Amino acid sequence: MTAFVTLPLLAALRYAFYAFNGLAPAGFVGFANFATILFEAPYSGWTLRALGHNMIVFAALMILQNGLAYLIAFALLKTLPGHRIHQVIVFLPVVLSAVIVGFLWKLMLHPLFGVVNAALALIGIDGPPWLGNEDTALGAIIFTNAWHWVGFPALIFLAGMQRIGAETMEAARLDGAGDWVLLRQIIWPLVAPATTIVFTLTFIGSFNWFELPYVMAGATGSPGGATDVLGLYAYRMAFGSATAGLQDFGRGSALAVLMFIFLAVVSAIALRLLRRREIEL
Amino acid sequence: MVMQRIQRLALMATAAWGMALGAAQAGEVTFWTWRQEDKAVYTDLFADFTKANPGITVKFEAFPNENYNTIVSTALAGGKGADVLHVRAYGGLEALAKANYLVPLSTTNVPELKNLPADALGSESLRADGKVYAVSLAGQTLGILINKDLFAKAGVAVPTDWASFIAASKALKAKNITPIANGTASPWMDAVFHSVFANPFLGPQFVADVLAGKATFEDKRFVDATAKLLELRDFMPAGFTGVDYATSQQLFSTGRAAMFVGGSFEIGPFRRANPKLNMDFIAPPGPKGAGPVSRFFDSGFAINAKSEHQADATKLVRWLATPAFAAKAAEKLGNISSLSGVTNPDPLLGKVAKLNATAMPYIMLVHFRYEAPTGSDLLQDGVQKMMAGTMTPTEVGATVTQGIAKYYAPFQKK
Repeated sequence: MTAFVTLPLLAALRYAFYAFNGLAPAGFVGFANFATILFEAPYSGWTLRALGHNMIVFAALMILQNGLAYLIAFALLKTLPGHRIHQVIVFLPVVLSAVIVGFLWKLMLHPLFGVVNAALALIGIDGPPWLGNEDTALGAIIFTNAWHWVGFPALIFLAGMQRIGAETMEAARLDGAGDWVLLRQIIWPLVAPATTIVFTLTFIGSFNWFELPYVMAGATGSPGGATDVLGLYAYRMAFGSATAGLQDFGRGSALAVLMFIFLAVVSAIALRLLRRREIEL
Repeated sequence: MVMQRIQRLALMATAAWGMALGAAQAGEVTFWTWRQEDKAVYTDLFADFTKANPGITVKFEAFPNENYNTIVSTALAGGKGADVLHVRAYGGLEALAKANYLVPLSTTNVPELKNLPADALGSESLRADGKVYAVSLAGQTLGILINKDLFAKAGVAVPTDWASFIAASKALKAKNITPIANGTASPWMDAVFHSVFANPFLGPQFVADVLAGKATFEDKRFVDATAKLLELRDFMPAGFTGVDYATSQQLFSTGRAAMFVGGSFEIGPFRRANPKLNMDFIAPPGPKGAGPVSRFFDSGFAINAKSEHQADATKLVRWLATPAFAAKAAEKLGNISSLSGVTNPDPLLGKVAKLNATAMPYIMLVHFRYEAPTGSDLLQDGVQKMMAGTMTPTEVGATVTQGIAKYYAPFQKK
């Protein structure tokens, strides 16, 4: 634990305060690396752009992925015919690795050979190059993420819903509550602990987003930085690339430290607020 | 997830360290490279070295290309690593040399350096001290690969200038042949694409002016040359902004596109992918004729400053700078040797070598990949946006200039 978690964290913290001469530390520079990332163009612009994309990812996944997961969980709760097989189908993509899912969807979204545009062509729609268009690339990767992970929050919500007593649901039904009222006024407050877990995991996952955009859009957040997120930016800054960039462990570490602090602080505040909400509800 | 990746890299680096700890035995020199695909060729070549240097064997170890820099730097930082290292050129070499991880080479410890021309030596030198740190392996040339059969089938002549290039592209498209295989989804290829088509319009004087501090990338010559690329969008694959490097290669190697804009390093892979591909390599179209091509040196061999086998490692590097090695390596690896006077028997590579006589440098790699943000990073990002229609050529020039101005004093005055 110490070797694989604490030491790398401490090393990153130390490197964040050093300039690098090539690959060797070249002296203590205080907060200079942090200042460069946050206030010096073009780095500050790239940092803000990446942070903005992370926020979009988080918001989109909360609505698209987790909203859908909530509805799926409710559908599975109703134990309709075939619900067991549907449960497996919904959860199946979760067991696949992000690399496999990324390649799979990259192929499906391919402008020349992809089945998505081929299917759209059948109904007369000329599909865009989803991953090559600045307006659609991030959305395409968010959709892929939602497809990959929707089963996980669905399972958490389902577990939460199954803990609600049958008598509570029946009482609501007898009072004339339909599905929509049940979902909004009965189930939603009672699955608050599940919501806390889903929110926290989605927040951390969204701001640590790396594998899927790396596989689908490359380390540069192609096209033109439209899919660049903090994880890719930190990796690119620290390790460079074989084809264009240089390694800078100092700035890369500084960005990683900022990400760590941001995640830790926001997660802690959010957890506190959500726990309070659980009690209030 | 970032931590997972970093941990994975750390594990690989640790493994590499472990290999280094127990690897080199007496009379054995370890060699690290990212060229796993060349293992058979290097094994054969190193057998020749052992014949010439009885008692010294070379242990070949390869690592994934994308992680090679990290693995090597981690090992070298710990005083470990192979005795002899395959290293990058220009800025990639400087990162290792600046940290004093490599042994400086001169005609005293490696007399065979005299076999290398000045530009090849420069590609493996540290600008600060002017010393050479690696023996350059090969030069690469950027130009246009064409499918001769598709041109013949469409009855289109091979273009020689910009007007005939556009006319040929139109004629190919009219025959339902995709003229240019390249897309713009892989950023590094966008910088290659730019260099190939812009250099003939820029000319060597522009490079001289930039290096002398008389011009920036906001210069009209650069903006106009960059704008020429926009004329090519009609001749690229449908949805080209989403077409990546691998797809572009497939389109060309399977005969679905007539031209591929890339480097001489593609010739070997294309031949392996489709032995029947009838290829030619031509200089890009200029305003009044073909050329010049763009050129750079891409890798070299260096000695680890912490190697415990300095004498044997030096013998190996000296041998890697001999015409005997260079000629066989060029033939087997399918490249153009950096050594003066070494020719390649392959007719196509021979033609490329002739084009090199009037080559211009691949500007961003040769001159602006030493500090961050690199010229390559800035240009490829700008070209990708410009081809997608979200940036103008003027904005590309301004962005590149402003980025490079961070560390390039002449641009700070402009």
